[in-house]
Amino acid sequence: MKVVLTSSGESLDSPLDPRFGRAQKFILFDTDNNEHQVVDNSQNLNAAQGAGIQAAQNVSRLNAEYVITGHCGPKAFRTLQAAGIKVIVGVEGTVAEVIEKFKAGKLTPTEASDVEGHWI
Amino acid sequence: MIITIASGKGGTGKTTVATNLAVSISSSIDNTPVWVLDCDVEEPNCHLFLKPEIYTSEAVGVPVPKVDKEKCTACGKCGQFCEYSAIVALKTVPITFPELCHGCGGCSLICPEGAISETKRRVGMLEKGQSGDIGFVHGRLRVGEAMSPPLIRAVKKFVFKKGLTLIDAPPGTSCPVIEAIKGSDFVILVTEPTPFGLNDLTLAVDMVKQLNIPFGVLINRADIGDNRVSEYCQAEGIPILLQIPDNRKIAEAYSRGMMIVDVVPGLRETFMDLYFRIKKMCGQQHNEEA
Ligand code: SF4
Ligand code: SF4
Repeated sequence: MKVVLTSSGESLDSPLDPRFGRAQKFILFDTDNNEHQVVDNSQNLNAAQGAGIQAAQNVSRLNAEYVITGHCGPKAFRTLQAAGIKVIVGVEGTVAEVIEKFKAGKLTPTEASDVEGHWI
Repeated sequence: MIITIASGKGGTGKTTVATNLAVSISSSIDNTPVWVLDCDVEEPNCHLFLKPEIYTSEAVGVPVPKVDKEKCTACGKCGQFCEYSAIVALKTVPITFPELCHGCGGCSLICPEGAISETKRRVGMLEKGQSGDIGFVHGRLRVGEAMSPPLIRAVKKFVFKKGLTLIDAPPGTSCPVIEAIKGSDFVILVTEPTPFGLNDLTLAVDMVKQLNIPFGVLINRADIGDNRVSEYCQAEGIPILLQIPDNRKIAEAYSRGMMIVDVVPGLRETFMDLYFRIKKMCGQQHNEEA
């Protein structure tokens, strides 16, 4: 199963980026073979509006089942939902730590976006 | 003739100038129908001073896309087209974010299945009325709404070229302000003689210069700060149209929703004179161009 994590760097030791739309990087992690891939999100960092939606569209192309991040705004959430991607929010730690928690089944998807508007 | 009253920041007395100029002219010059269009749609307050009788009120909407799920083949073309992420097509029927839509209509043109039609999203209300001899129109943006230019355009449909139209622009120098100012014959930039006032004034001056509209500066509460606004205007060759002193009577009249021309003797004539000078400046401008 593939999951996307928002990351502030390229390695698995990087802290999770709390923002979704304006995350530095996405790490696409495959729990079946423990391989990962870094996906750039920097074109979105400077987007005035709709960064969350753009990011959600980018993620949907990666065929992931889950997005794990700190916060996700309503527009990004709706877009991810429409793409059938489950969203886990309120997570902290390094990417590697978060992956372990996820594998251990300690993280549950949210039913709604956790922030209003601009926290994308 | 269209005169717009603008200001680099809020609270400088834009509305006071617009409404008092309107009252001075309409009460003193015959044959000049005066209209006040309050385009400060986020916080319209000309009506607090003009107290017009409102006789029509209508909703103003912007077109937003509506997708017919039966016809859509989820091809994704609409989403690729939209620059504003207002319509997003993943592998499914697209989802829309009406609050981001700029109403360009592109998605419905691009859709190969003809699945997208337009519906309206309400952004605010347009109200029209009369205050004595002054015609009055304003827009009220819905609370929390960001898309003010369409409402400003709706208000500006009432620009009356043969008489005098006074437009109260929103404060600042952003997109809605430009929408309000566009097409004016003259812009009065209202400012205060303070460092903040000067800073915002220079931004406003740059904006009006880019639009290539003749303008001048009106210094309100002229005795509260320093001389830097005047010095700046002199250095830049910008006409100082009028200086209104910081007067207790004026502040009181304002706080009670009264016209300052009714409490300060001679001010009505001063505003009349301002109008004639602006007219002359516009005339000269036209001659120069010819
Ligand atoms: S009308 Fe224009 S801005 Fe609105 S969704 Fe369609 S393409 Fe996007
Ligand atoms: S362009 Fe038309 S058919 Fe294609 S996804 Fe959009 S609405 Fe559906």
